Amino acid sequence: MSVELTGAEITIRCLQEEGVRCIFGYPGGAVLFIYDELFKQDKVRHILVRHEQAAVHAADGYARSSNNVGVALVTSGPGVTNAVTGIATAYMDSIPMVIISGQVPTSAIGLDAFQEVDTVGITRPCVKHNFLVKDVTELAQTIKKAFYIASTGRPGPVLVDIPKDVSQQKTKFVYPDKITMRSYNPVVKGHSRQIKKAAELILSAKRPVIYAGGGVILSDAAPQLTELVQMLNFPCTNTLMGLGGYPATDKQSLGMLGMHGTYEANMAMQYCDVLVAVGARFDDRVIGNPKHFSNENRKIIHIDIDPSSISKRVKVDVPIVGDVLDVLKELIKLLKAGKERPDQAALKEWWKQIELWRERDCLKYDRESKIIKPQMVIEKLFNITKGDAFITSDVGQHQMWAAQFYKFDKPRRWINSGGLGTMGFGMPAAMGVQLANPKGKVACITGEASIQMCIQELSTCKQYKLPLKIVNLNNRYMGMVRQWQEFFHGNRYAESYMNALPDFVKLAESYGHIGMKIERPEDVEGALKEAFKLKDQLVFMDFITDQTENVFPMVPGGKGLSEMILV
Amino acid sequence: MRHIISLLMENEAGALSRVAGLFSARGYNIESLSVAPTEDPTLSRMTVVTIGSDEVVEQVTKQLNKLIEVVKIIDLNEGNHIERELMLVKVRAIGSDREEVKRLVEIFRGCIIDVTDKSYTIELTGTSSKLDAFLEAVERSAVLETVRTGASGIGRGEWILKV
Repeated sequence: MSVELTGAEITIRCLQEEGVRCIFGYPGGAVLFIYDELFKQDKVRHILVRHEQAAVHAADGYARSSNNVGVALVTSGPGVTNAVTGIATAYMDSIPMVIISGQVPTSAIGLDAFQEVDTVGITRPCVKHNFLVKDVTELAQTIKKAFYIASTGRPGPVLVDIPKDVSQQKTKFVYPDKITMRSYNPVVKGHSRQIKKAAELILSAKRPVIYAGGGVILSDAAPQLTELVQMLNFPCTNTLMGLGGYPATDKQSLGMLGMHGTYEANMAMQYCDVLVAVGARFDDRVIGNPKHFSNENRKIIHIDIDPSSISKRVKVDVPIVGDVLDVLKELIKLLKAGKERPDQAALKEWWKQIELWRERDCLKYDRESKIIKPQMVIEKLFNITKGDAFITSDVGQHQMWAAQFYKFDKPRRWINSGGLGTMGFGMPAAMGVQLANPKGKVACITGEASIQMCIQELSTCKQYKLPLKIVNLNNRYMGMVRQWQEFFHGNRYAESYMNALPDFVKLAESYGHIGMKIERPEDVEGALKEAFKLKDQLVFMDFITDQTENVFPMVPGGKGLSEMILV
Repeated sequence: MRHIISLLMENEAGALSRVAGLFSARGYNIESLSVAPTEDPTLSRMTVVTIGSDEVVEQVTKQLNKLIEVVKIIDLNEGNHIERELMLVKVRAIGSDREEVKRLVEIFRGCIIDVTDKSYTIELTGTSSKLDAFLEAVERSAVLETVRTGASGIGRGEWILKV
């Protein structure tokens, strides 16, 4: 007869069984028994953040950069409500995560107890699934289910709410090896007849484009995507979430597409005759106005694990529901087995057209400027890190420049909040990335507005000696808001100027880090080099950049992909 | 177009609110929703009547399918099906109206299940449009109270929704 364990012990044992090595959290009344058990062991390391939002972002960064399930632990009430932004961020980008939250004792639920909120209710629309565990005998199985649901199918965050009395009650601990659920059986393999249809359509293409999204990264299918693109000699464009899925420095890469995508990528999307969408979802920032997009005739193949992503915004001709990795393997096998090849003459013409679009040089900017151009900082960062750093970002202009100018050749190197667009994501996410990759170079590209949304995490970085390199592109504006106000609101910069900024150098120093202020273009390279030489130190680089710089190209809201504003 | 969607779902606390929440979060219409446990107490059967274009209804069914607790789902409009709704209606019945209402109930094949000297309570089953027709036929000012269950649906013949 096995010994009985408390709910708190079971929770920690489950994490150990799942191979979790690092969790992020913040203690409080409802989770004290769980923290007590954490204290008594050393297999699961706990990182104490300064705000629950950061705990979830850090777990998220951990997951994105390592393909492990990220884990966060928060208390009831405000612990959970603070975590919601992080949970919604992970949900929108389909990141596998388990959030464990404390809840008031079962006897107090519904009585407006101290630090009580309806956690399952509040988080329901932004989780893949959630559970309230009312009986300790169901705890282990529920946590097993949470990890299973979070990491399979289209991944996503799963929350397990544990009332305080459940964490105290005892039961036998049995961790199930496997879980089967009659109501949840995600498809993995694509339908072979559909894959065959896709292969036929691919071989008939004269003006093809492969459009690859975050699904390629999530299913670890970058090698297969690269093989497919290169065996076909097709052009490939990546979404913001898909950067690194195909090497950006390769000549077949058209760069990112969408609202701030390259001219060549957007034009190729608009005027292709066969479009192969791989783990992407035709969202509003990618194809702009769907009516305008549908004006051109093209056949669409759509590979996605989530059937509800297919034909949601754009009607597709060959839907393939399945894991991107599996489907790409099958597709490659099928194409290799046959003798047919796409029409090479047509392809040559298509590439000629693409080269003409490329000559438009849509990402050009003033390289002779006497004021620091943000694009230049990112290009230098790319050169100095040899393209091999993990880059996290916040949200806004700096995020778009990072996506455009840092050429990601590998997957899981670009960590950003694509779907929800969460300012404040960058630094806490970078903490998670650094903990998952202790030897990796980790830089957070941010702006003076975004960084202040989770600036308190400088303290966490000090406590755990996380040597992040913070690249603050400081233009004294919420840059993207300012850009929209300039373009669409008659230059009325309503509340977008960042007044009363702190001295970031002193601020960094007060947390025990190194601060640098860089004001001249000629000092950018030196500062970056010096920062990366300080291997064990967090360096906060405050780059004073051009206030008037805008992100180009731009597809204005409601416009079509070929209606870009160009520099 | 009006669609009648049938779901089998885990009979667990909160499952219903996931369905209701999905409809409101994504802006889908619910005309009616009815739910109760099945002969297998671990399962609930739900019938949702929704109105939308084919594209919207396709999304509705896909999104419902994504809910972890939904075991199976069918759009009954894809085949032959039967639907029924139950209505209880209390009408004022005084003097000569009493005979008139009784006749109307017979025509609609309903039954009177509660009687006072001033009112009848009528039970009526049928398609939603039949219940509508009954209410049209009764003098509006005579209707004191109505309560309807929303439609329940089932496929005809061998078409079965079962785990």
